[in-house]
Amino acid sequence: MENSVDGVTIIMFSGDMDKVMAAFNIAIGAAASGKETNMFFTFWGLKAIQKGNLTGKSFFGRMMGLMNRGGISRIGPSRFNFWGIGRWMFNQMMKNHKITPLAELRQTAIDLGVKLLPCQMSMEVMEIRKEDFIDEVQPACGVATMLEMAYRSKATLFI
Amino acid sequence: MSPEIEVNLTLNLEGLLCPIPVVKVSKAVKDLPIGGVLEATATDPGVLADIPAWARTTGNEVIKIEREGKLVRFLLRKLN
Repeated sequence: MENSVDGVTIIMFSGDMDKVMAAFNIAIGAAASGKETNMFFTFWGLKAIQKGNLTGKSFFGRMMGLMNRGGISRIGPSRFNFWGIGRWMFNQMMKNHKITPLAELRQTAIDLGVKLLPCQMSMEVMEIRKEDFIDEVQPACGVATMLEMAYRSKATLFI
Repeated sequence: MSPEIEVNLTLNLEGLLCPIPVVKVSKAVKDLPIGGVLEATATDPGVLADIPAWARTTGNEVIKIEREGKLVRFLLRKLN
């Protein structure tokens, strides 16, 4: 194993819009400072790298896909979402203050070389296929890969 | 602002908020030769803390950073 690379590893567990935004902000800052930056997406976090189509194969899987639909423009804030009204309000406020929209933030991270890795186990449980992700997503991996990235990094965040 | 320092590149970061100023600065610095100087203006007051922090992390030098009313103006030298 290579020694420390002075990088940043972010474990994206939450699929909440505000937390995803904070995570991409941090990733962009790290990548812009020349740090190797990896984001590991697991459980609800997978929504942030999904294209947004309906997912699932089994009855439960399809229910999950419907009620917990992915896509970065579909996720809502962790508080005050009120069935989407909060998301709309947040987006309006962000626009008024000229904050970069979430999808654009994700693209900036990708352009800066931030690697997006999905968790295979969560994909199995939630019945999300690699085709359901945006094209820039890396091949799926597991905890050992994530830990190897974390050991090599100087900062690891669980969001 | 500093006639004795030759500026190689200027950047307008006005109206941009975190983390975009840092992204634009890091991209602009890539195109500079070593020892080259970047001059930029921004309106986000967060830049006052963030640009020096970015420079320390990346090993570059902030020659000057100051507020002029609503504007923040800074000079940055690429060291590596």
